[in-house]
Amino acid sequence: MKYIAQFTVILTITFIGEVLNRTIPLPIPAGIYGMIILFILLVSGILKLSHVKESGKFLIYMMPLMFIPATVGLMDSWGIMQEFLTAIIVISLLSTVIVLAVAGRVTQYIIGRKQKGGRE
Amino acid sequence: MKEMLSDSQYFGLILSLGAYIAGLLLKRKYKLFIFNPLLIAIALTITILVILDIDYQSYNSSAKYLGYLLTPATVCLAIPLYEQFAMLKKNLTAILIGISSGVITSCATIFAMSLIFRLGHVEYVTLLPKSITTAIGIGLSDELNGYIAITVAAIMITGLFGNIAGEFLCRITGVKHPVARGIAIGTSTHVMGTAKAMELGEIEGAMSSLSVAVAGIITVVAAIIFEGLI
Repeated sequence: MKYIAQFTVILTITFIGEVLNRTIPLPIPAGIYGMIILFILLVSGILKLSHVKESGKFLIYMMPLMFIPATVGLMDSWGIMQEFLTAIIVISLLSTVIVLAVAGRVTQYIIGRKQKGGRE
Repeated sequence: MKEMLSDSQYFGLILSLGAYIAGLLLKRKYKLFIFNPLLIAIALTITILVILDIDYQSYNSSAKYLGYLLTPATVCLAIPLYEQFAMLKKNLTAILIGISSGVITSCATIFAMSLIFRLGHVEYVTLLPKSITTAIGIGLSDELNGYIAITVAAIMITGLFGNIAGEFLCRITGVKHPVARGIAIGTSTHVMGTAKAMELGEIEGAMSSLSVAVAGIITVVAAIIFEGLI
């Protein structure tokens, strides 16, 4: 019963996200709308953690598996990619390293400065 | 035999699950980061499909049910985020500035490297959404008139890289604070990186989830500004 109820809650919020995605003309996917809605519902206390927790954690645990079908689809776009494959791979990897370093170091720097400021 | 497999409504699903389990077993045996279960699963699935001469559409007719769960799973990322709400409030400024700086860096590095590789306008805008989650990336690439299939490929390469090397990259770039590690992984390698951040710790997972949503939304705005540069 608990799991069925939790899945129903999660799918209902997903459905609302889907409706928003179709009515608002922005390239924001249903999942992101749903995530924001669920977060607001939890923070405002309208939903309790126990209404979604176990089923939600199960879905998150299964998440890596969900990327397999789409990524295997790379075997089909191989043809059109070949022409500038090197550029795609070099840009993707190099830019990722730089973005990761900048986002991480900036966040860390501000947290560090605030903690230091707080102590003084 | 081939028809039996390619017409099956279950074969693609079993193949994906089996390949992932093989990846998990390999990772348990050899602790090397290259034995990433997701990478192994993808490589193994493609290899088997090619050997058995089964096309992607036939495989995907059953495997797509795994992808079907991705939207509700993304919704559920709000759960770890809520559980870390105190941490989020405490570090709100650092988190927002961190994510924004990451998004601007992403657009700027793609712009600079597109110049180096002498890419045209279409190739350049195709790559702009590469650090964000597929669902937003597809919409954005479409909006900018890029090659959607290549955008998806770049997003997958980026995400897979984050899933494999995210932890290692944080270590060599000196990103140590758990909040900063989550922001770094989520902003640079979206949901696929987040799946890995979840394994690193609750704070990392929650902050990475938050970054996926926020970075995705900021990128939509940033890409529209960067679009006209090439």
